[in-house]
Amino acid sequence: MNDITGINRRAALLTGVAAGLGAVLPSLPRAAQAASKLKLLNVSYDPTRELYAEYDASFAAAWKAKTGDDLAVSVSNGGSGSQARAVISGLEADIVTLALGYDIDAIAKSGLLSADWAKRLPNGSTPYTSTIVFLTRKGNPKGLKDWPDLLKSGVQIVVANPKTSGGARWAFLAAYGWALGAFGGSTQKANDYIRALYKQVPVLDAGSRGATLTFTNRGIGDVLISWEDEAHMAVAKGGAYEIITPAKSILAEPPVAVVDANVDRHKTRAVAEAYLQNLYTPQSQDLLAKYFYRPRDPQALAKYAAQFPKVDLFTIETFGGWQAAQKQFFANGGVFDQIYGG
Amino acid sequence: MQMASAKCVGLRRQGGVVNVIMITVALLFMVLFLLLPLITVFAQAFAGGISGYVASIVDPNTLSAIWLTLIVAAVALVVNVVFGLAASWCLARFRFPGRLALLTVLDLPFSVSPVVAGLMLVLLYGRQGWLGPWLEAHNLKIIFALPGMMIATIFVTLPFIARELIPLMEEQGADEEEAAILLGASGWQMFWRITIPKLRWGLLYGVLLSNARAMGEFGAVSVVSGNILGLTDTMSLDVKALYDGYNIVGSFAVASLLASLALVTLIAKTVLERQFLGRSTKEEVSA
Amino acid sequence: MSLADSKPGPGLDLGLGWLRRGRTRRHILPGLGLSLGITLFVLSLIVFLPTAAMVGDAATLGVGGLIRLLATSRVLGAFKVSLGCAALAALTSAVFGLLIAWVLVRTRFPFRRLADAMVDLPFALPTSVAGIALSTLYAPNGWLGSWLAPYGIRVSFTVIGVYVALTFVGLPFVVRSVQPVLQDLEAEQEEAAHMLGAGRLQIFSRVIFPAILPSLTAGFAMAFARGLGEYGSVIFISSNKPGVSEIVPLLIVNELEQFDFAGAAAIGTLMLVLSLVILCVIMLLQRLVRSSRHG
Repeated sequence: MNDITGINRRAALLTGVAAGLGAVLPSLPRAAQAASKLKLLNVSYDPTRELYAEYDASFAAAWKAKTGDDLAVSVSNGGSGSQARAVISGLEADIVTLALGYDIDAIAKSGLLSADWAKRLPNGSTPYTSTIVFLTRKGNPKGLKDWPDLLKSGVQIVVANPKTSGGARWAFLAAYGWALGAFGGSTQKANDYIRALYKQVPVLDAGSRGATLTFTNRGIGDVLISWEDEAHMAVAKGGAYEIITPAKSILAEPPVAVVDANVDRHKTRAVAEAYLQNLYTPQSQDLLAKYFYRPRDPQALAKYAAQFPKVDLFTIETFGGWQAAQKQFFANGGVFDQIYGG
Repeated sequence: MQMASAKCVGLRRQGGVVNVIMITVALLFMVLFLLLPLITVFAQAFAGGISGYVASIVDPNTLSAIWLTLIVAAVALVVNVVFGLAASWCLARFRFPGRLALLTVLDLPFSVSPVVAGLMLVLLYGRQGWLGPWLEAHNLKIIFALPGMMIATIFVTLPFIARELIPLMEEQGADEEEAAILLGASGWQMFWRITIPKLRWGLLYGVLLSNARAMGEFGAVSVVSGNILGLTDTMSLDVKALYDGYNIVGSFAVASLLASLALVTLIAKTVLERQFLGRSTKEEVSA
Repeated sequence: MSLADSKPGPGLDLGLGWLRRGRTRRHILPGLGLSLGITLFVLSLIVFLPTAAMVGDAATLGVGGLIRLLATSRVLGAFKVSLGCAALAALTSAVFGLLIAWVLVRTRFPFRRLADAMVDLPFALPTSVAGIALSTLYAPNGWLGSWLAPYGIRVSFTVIGVYVALTFVGLPFVVRSVQPVLQDLEAEQEEAAHMLGAGRLQIFSRVIFPAILPSLTAGFAMAFARGLGEYGSVIFISSNKPGVSEIVPLLIVNELEQFDFAGAAAIGTLMLVLSLVILCVIMLLQRLVRSSRHG
């Protein structure tokens, strides 16, 4: 008898636990839904954490004032390629704000948005630009002023892996593009330069932010090649560094796009499109400058001229666009692979 | 003979200088490889003082990461217990064709890379995976949502409980269970009154180990989590996310919580081994 | 009680014991259908189906494509790094694991039990925590790294870092594999050897070492298998350079991030096959250990 009640007690306990879990689990998403009617997911690349943390809050407030609807924007940050991969595999991003067009092209190829996404917003759907600069230790002890200085003996260069990091791809192309110009268009000599440069790289982090932290927090390397915004952010976070802008660099154009299939499913197209269009307003262009992205708006750019030194900029078209650049440099067996054991 | 034996035990016990050297080297190795990393975690977590530590923990995103970790671990736990009991019952109590193959496959999640585990799930449940179109048609989200993280966690922790229970069951033998059945007990009566009580400490042990792994899993979960701040970041993912957000103290604060969990696990494990499983370091034959 | 007595005792028939016992059990004990059903259902959903998906995706490359992919210098380099580091780390774990197991079983010192419990730390500590801690510790500005830096030794962000991380995760496997065997070792043989005039080293190499060799090898194999698949702790401390310190799991993630799902699946499948082979070796070794312990 005693034992039988024992069984019942156990059975009751188990049922209780199961019922408890059953009650808690479905209520989780519901609780999140109840808190906010409208939800947006912005899947972004590495260095934009700080930018979108502020932008999302101000946009949500403006949206509430305009429409009366509560809006909750979630962000996911990571390497640009890895983020695009996640969206392709089913991460339901309403908006993608990535490091380079190639990654959004890949999402388009998987059928989630139309191939002409770049034409939907001004400036090829890139509301801001950036470029590639050097970050050195305070006082620039190795005297690194421009691209050729990087090959000085004993200089250790920190840069992320261009196979996985969008910023690192821009960095690779900035170096390569400079070399092409300097050596009269000889791909042979440019290849030699890029090979020599990467021989001096002790660490290839997966993402731009990882590379920055390796340089700043771990104290590795004499120079970091990275986004201009990322270099400024490192200085702003407090540290004895110096930003060196090379005479010539690449015009980095990080694009943004609404993911058609996902906004249609979530019924968030209106707010998603407004979110991106709003990036072009003077107010947002100021915000972008605050986080060290170069505004597209000429007036805003002029306003922050002191912050953004003039650089001789070449574009991705130097290499025939992203598809061609990807194939030549970063695809399996490309120039980058040849540097390592090719 | 007795004297010789005593002398030998003496030899086994104290080897003088050699033993001291061996103990020193072993301990030095353990300090370098085990203790210092642990201390580093706590030292870095408290680098900003107690207030900095507390502020890092009560951050809403961190709290939601803790909550998410608990949910994922709880679900994994339920599945693991049911699976562990079922698998060990059929594998330890019966002989059937394919049993050996099943035993081998059971260990697969232990030896396969967590990244491969995550990859498999993406290729099966992802939008372009085998089940992707069907899941999408039925509006079921697996990957980059809670279910995917649960499945990934279950994958890497699946063998723990069964691996603990199978040898225990084999050692205990089936006599009592057979007697119960022959005396007319029903299957469930036998299960609750004989099997479970006999296994409870082993079961708890397995639960402990699988839980530690479930709460700390990184590789598999990182492939199937969309890293959405505050929504699909578990604690071990949050360690990296916070670090990448220049929040070093916050990162190590979360890491220190996980390290504390590891320490609690170790203590509980030691107590269980000593008190209930009879696996204490055997005292040597006294001379 | 009387019923239990009337049954043939398990020790009565030695030769075909397990077979007959198995057969009688199947008659008496219930629940094979249910328990096997649950087991297969869960395994299918969590292990079999995903495995099939990966192998299937890898197969889309065809034999030629597979060979071409796996023969690229990047993939070969990653396997070289992973296999090499995992083997070296497992070897280190084997040497120091044996030493630690030995002092834990055969000697007495203060905090021995604490040390015993600490051995399992790498089991219990999440890999991302281990990775971030090790990389901080061994960075040039870290506690140990700053100490090594003047000698030109860099651990964090080199291939040595990979080795350190893999040694960390592999250590408990060896200790926990060797320890029970060392405890079981009968004193008589050692005593006999001693009385026959054998020295300590001789006793160890002739008597003790052969007895623990299977368990040591099993521990090595487990540490190796774990090291081969380890990801979380390595990515924090490695320099991730192709052919130098890029491990296979990282390569899989990189392939995935370049949208090459089939390539990732192919490398994953090769890893899976490797795991299975090592698993079988471990099973055989453990059987050897068990039979020598109980037989």
